Amino acid sequence: MYANRCERLVRGFVGRQRSASSWTAVCTQRAVCKQRAVCKQRTQPTVTCHTSARSVDPDELRRFQSLAGKWWDDHGEFAALHALNDLRVPFIRDNLLNVHRTRVPGKPLGGLRILDVGCGGGLLTEPLGRLGANVLGIDPVGDSIGTAKLHSSIDPDLRDRVRYRACTLEELSAEREGGGREEQGAAQFHAVVASEVVEHLADLETFGLCCNHVLKPGGSLFITTINKTNLSYALGIVVAEQLLRIVPSGTHDWEKFISPVELERLLESSKSLPFYRVTTTIDLLQECFLFPVFSSPSPRWFLSAVRPRDAVQPRVRSLELDRQHCHQLRPPRRQSARRPRRKPGRGPRGGSTQLSQTTREQVRKEVEKHSDSMRGMRLRKNSQCYRAAA
Amino acid sequence: MHKLTRATLAFNGLGRCLVADKHVSALQIHSRGFVCAQHVDDLGKNEVYDIIISGGGMVGSAMACSLGMDRNLEGKKILLLEAGNKKVMHKVPDTYSTRVSSISPGSATLLTGVGAWEHITKMRCKPYKRMQVWDACSDVLITFDKEDMQDEMAHIVENDVVVAALTKQLDDLSDNVQVKYRSKVVKYSWPMPHQQANAIPWVKVTLASGESVETKLLIGADGPNSMVRQELGIPTVKWNYDQSAVVAVLHLSESQKYLLTLPRPILCALQLSDTESSLVWSTSHQQAQELLELDEESFVDAINSAFWSNENQSELIETAGSLFRSTLSAIMPSAGSPRQLPPSVAGIGPKSRVKFPLGIGHASEYIRHRVALIGDAAHRVHPLAGQGANLGFGDVACLTRILSQAAFDGKDLGAMQHLLEYETERQRHNLPMMAAIDLMKRLYSTNAAPVVLLRTFGLQATNMVPALKEQIMGFASK
Repeated sequence: MYANRCERLVRGFVGRQRSASSWTAVCTQRAVCKQRAVCKQRTQPTVTCHTSARSVDPDELRRFQSLAGKWWDDHGEFAALHALNDLRVPFIRDNLLNVHRTRVPGKPLGGLRILDVGCGGGLLTEPLGRLGANVLGIDPVGDSIGTAKLHSSIDPDLRDRVRYRACTLEELSAEREGGGREEQGAAQFHAVVASEVVEHLADLETFGLCCNHVLKPGGSLFITTINKTNLSYALGIVVAEQLLRIVPSGTHDWEKFISPVELERLLESSKSLPFYRVTTTIDLLQECFLFPVFSSPSPRWFLSAVRPRDAVQPRVRSLELDRQHCHQLRPPRRQSARRPRRKPGRGPRGGSTQLSQTTREQVRKEVEKHSDSMRGMRLRKNSQCYRAAA
Repeated sequence: MHKLTRATLAFNGLGRCLVADKHVSALQIHSRGFVCAQHVDDLGKNEVYDIIISGGGMVGSAMACSLGMDRNLEGKKILLLEAGNKKVMHKVPDTYSTRVSSISPGSATLLTGVGAWEHITKMRCKPYKRMQVWDACSDVLITFDKEDMQDEMAHIVENDVVVAALTKQLDDLSDNVQVKYRSKVVKYSWPMPHQQANAIPWVKVTLASGESVETKLLIGADGPNSMVRQELGIPTVKWNYDQSAVVAVLHLSESQKYLLTLPRPILCALQLSDTESSLVWSTSHQQAQELLELDEESFVDAINSAFWSNENQSELIETAGSLFRSTLSAIMPSAGSPRQLPPSVAGIGPKSRVKFPLGIGHASEYIRHRVALIGDAAHRVHPLAGQGANLGFGDVACLTRILSQAAFDGKDLGAMQHLLEYETERQRHNLPMMAAIDLMKRLYSTNAAPVVLLRTFGLQATNMVPALKEQIMGFASK
């Protein structure tokens, strides 16, 4: 079963790469960037122990491997991440307190299980552990995990609460799906934190899917990353890397940045289920100055999303089905008053969207199967073929 | 919507990574060097505390109570090390002790928050509302009082009473805060700033009993000759005034209701009760020794003559002074409060004369990695304004607030980032106060005519301007 699922996942990715050019309008922008990333991935040799980790970019792995010993130097290469803790720890803490509301004095996050994806040297994992949570930090770079384990082992408070593993998120979620020995079921964590990670990933779709696997229903996903704007290029790459050398040169690739709107769309309206409901998006510059200082939004943003409690676990099979037919299903669009009403039977560019009989039958079966879930509702609402069939 | 109130701090933090800042601060912080690193054989054998406070005086005990009662620090292990015995006061003794402090409203708020103030008021304390400052060489004086006489300006409390009240409060907090009495520290070992393979990352404290404990943050509250400060090698700006203070308890001939007097060359009488007052007389070493050797009658005479004598006044100054006063009263006729005559002394408390040297000191750094200094260990002042204890309590309040916030943000308590905030805030408050006290001391120490004239005019002008006096009182009572 595990092998079959793995096979399907891999096949799905390969299929995706081939049909990248026929993505829906939601992902066209992202697809161009992914094409580049995929080409780069194909030409580079993959890191040996992570063959199934398609969301991880080997270039990034190499870069972070060379910096593995420098995580805990307050004034070294990772000084900016140390400083960022002042913002991201209160953000995560306060959002979790709003949701969970169990207040043990001295341990605000007591009793919560948190997964820190891309933990690096444990810069964010340790503060969360000190706040009382049981944190598992994962990172594909083994040396960083070694540094993190060493640093947390000396503190008796953290020894019991903070654990590290050198693996990728895909491996972890695949393991969970297979049925872990200690824990039952797939959903394990109250929260998943991916801070300063998504701008280093090659494949965000898988990332979102795996996060959903490991999150409990009602669990929170926290993402902090850099925006994709001209300002972020100017500040994040030119100024930070080349001029002032706050960050080592080559750390960030502007093509991999993603704007909050795009990521929200990705999380809320992926082809299969809506995995998440985005609850909070913070544009840091606006938050500081209370009005947009620059014409473009701020270069850095935080996002918190909640996995809906009644969400059904997506099966790989339905993913594949959707992938084959998604170009025929209209994605949910933000309704605009100015857009002219389309005639039924016509697509966005006026082309015909008549479906074959077999396709319609398949889609109808999917809709009926998930009739109670949100997925069914969305399909019903958006699917043109259903309307056409009705 | 989530409020990011620390966003500006984070920008500061990112700014700290900028080139100029990075080199300067990195250099400074690396040069705040360390003595040695302990071997890893001892790792794990000693008990690791979250905070150790070295020194259980007024300020050290207040720090321990304050940390023990903070909600965000609940569950942290706190230890107070005191070299002396436990000070318990079941019954307040009849005689007053000689060392007293003037507790400002800000310090009283801290002590109330900690729960010790009610013990103090039950034991013994004296509020006062009015302060008069005379000048030896002229007839002018300046009066500080609150607008409405209901509020107190400050309280005079004996130091022993404060410590006993705080000890009582610590007994209630025994599950959070441990106290070790009669534990003298013989050695401190400091951590390296970055994690080294064979080094202990915590501060290690070795006691005289051979026991050693480790801590993530050491707070040094061990007085003006602080061992913590000396072992760290923190450069301290200090000098000795060539003066000693003679302290005694006076019995006054008539009762004085609400007066703290600060007349003549730095003679300070702090009201302990209606008829008793504590005297602090700052004078040269030689004269202090002579005063100690006098018998009680002659000592009383000496004090009375110091309060009442006119020998230092010169004609010129008197004329100039009265001229200035009449000019000012023409401009501002409303100012001026009722004058009170200096007290006359009937006797002194038995065997209550003590002498101690005076000096001023200020540590140039209050913090190091995993270490913070509070109270007299960081700053030592002349007792003329009664501010020494208040500055210490201010340090306690500030550091508690900062550590509480750091714990709520999941930070390592000994990290430099928030300790630097504490240092900045307190140095900005303490240095002007210390400079002002030193200035007043120098101003009042001399009999030279130009300085006296300056004093005279300055005092009279300040006396006439209520807004200025309010500013001074506000600053002193924080």
